[in-house]
Amino acid sequence: MQDEPTPNELTKAVAEFLRNDIAPLISGHNAFKLRVAINALDLATRQLTRAQAGDQAESARLAQLLGREGSLLELNQVLAERIASGEVDLETPGLADHLWQTTMDKLAVDQPNYGSYKRELGKT
Amino acid sequence: MIEAELSRCVVAWCPGATGVTGAAKLSGGASQETWSFDIVRPEGTIGAILRRAPKGYGAAPSRAAGLENEAILMRLAYEAGVPSPRVLHVLRPEEALGTGFIMARVEGETIARKILRDTQYAAARPLLAHQLGAIAAAIHGLPRDKWPVLREMNATRELAEIEREYRSFNWPRPVFELTLRWLRDHDPGRPDAVTLVHGDFRHGNLIIGSDGVRAVLDWELAHTGDPMEDLGWICVNSWRFGEIDKPVGGFGAREDLFAGYESTGRKVDPARVMFWEVMGTLRWGVMCCGMMQRFRLGPDHSMERAMIGRRASETEIDLLRLLAPRA
Repeated sequence: MQDEPTPNELTKAVAEFLRNDIAPLISGHNAFKLRVAINALDLATRQLTRAQAGDQAESARLAQLLGREGSLLELNQVLAERIASGEVDLETPGLADHLWQTTMDKLAVDQPNYGSYKRELGKT
Repeated sequence: MIEAELSRCVVAWCPGATGVTGAAKLSGGASQETWSFDIVRPEGTIGAILRRAPKGYGAAPSRAAGLENEAILMRLAYEAGVPSPRVLHVLRPEEALGTGFIMARVEGETIARKILRDTQYAAARPLLAHQLGAIAAAIHGLPRDKWPVLREMNATRELAEIEREYRSFNWPRPVFELTLRWLRDHDPGRPDAVTLVHGDFRHGNLIIGSDGVRAVLDWELAHTGDPMEDLGWICVNSWRFGEIDKPVGGFGAREDLFAGYESTGRKVDPARVMFWEVMGTLRWGVMCCGMMQRFRLGPDHSMERAMIGRRASETEIDLLRLLAPRA
């Protein structure tokens, strides 16, 4: 067992330092790159915080939808193949809900400020 | 230093020119560069742009029209009254500047967030969709007998290219699979008329001023094919920059774009436009995945590329909004 602080506590602390103490000192192209760097750390923090619960729920939905067990990657490969072959489509009960839930969980980590995501969040 | 080579170059063809000043690189990848500079003359300077592939980088990627063709297309567009920079000179081998061309610099803005937010463009914004419709129609009306040799694209071929690239990443994306199926099922076939297609008609390649559209840039992805492709591409949500209820570039309605297009006498096929919007959304999503590949495998191991890789999910939610909308 690794000790504390946790990785997400570390990435969060580093991002806060860069945002509050370093960003005001930097200008030009490096300021742009620093913003990208801070965004990357924020993304990593969100993933470290949220991914476990999201992955578990996605696994459970996929197992139900596909009627089999496997790793998350394997289950997604099977779903991709079944959609590609036409065996599963939007008429299949649960598929649309699963894709929506999975995509919303991805956006919550990747780009929580994305306009389409904010709009759809208001619908749930 | 590029100013010495540029000076020798402009003195040879620009009447009264004594040299150049203020050369600055605006953008540059491994194969293509854009420079801004001023041509010095006693009667006043001329703002100019150099677009070139440096020496030793002649070969263009497979989708690119090639810089010689870009110059031909820009001249053709300019002569037809499409807002377009005037091409001043096509580079010759003895000038030692590589391949490419020099054009007049058009003042204005290309950065979407400024065009969509700054007050100086407030009066122009409501005009842009209609203007761009008419401009797209003018591009599609450029005379066939003047076209350079370009690759011909159609929906089936484009879909096959996108699918091949997506499969090469070997990473399952059920939403992309669903979209590939939808596109195959809705392939509209050949258009009634094959026209010139700009191929990258969107923010970044449009110079906007307080009075509206000043120039269409970057014919790198020009090809022949379905004219509705250009109208679908400019409606892709990724180019709305948060203004998601204004489908045309975040500034206008489809109805305005279509009205501008049809004001020229050319016809819009809204179902085809929607097909190409779906295709374009997937295309950008696959391009984001490609950024991730280049980040991981090289040559560009930059965090900017890495972060664009994590934007593929934006296109997944947009594809779901198009294909499986929720109440």
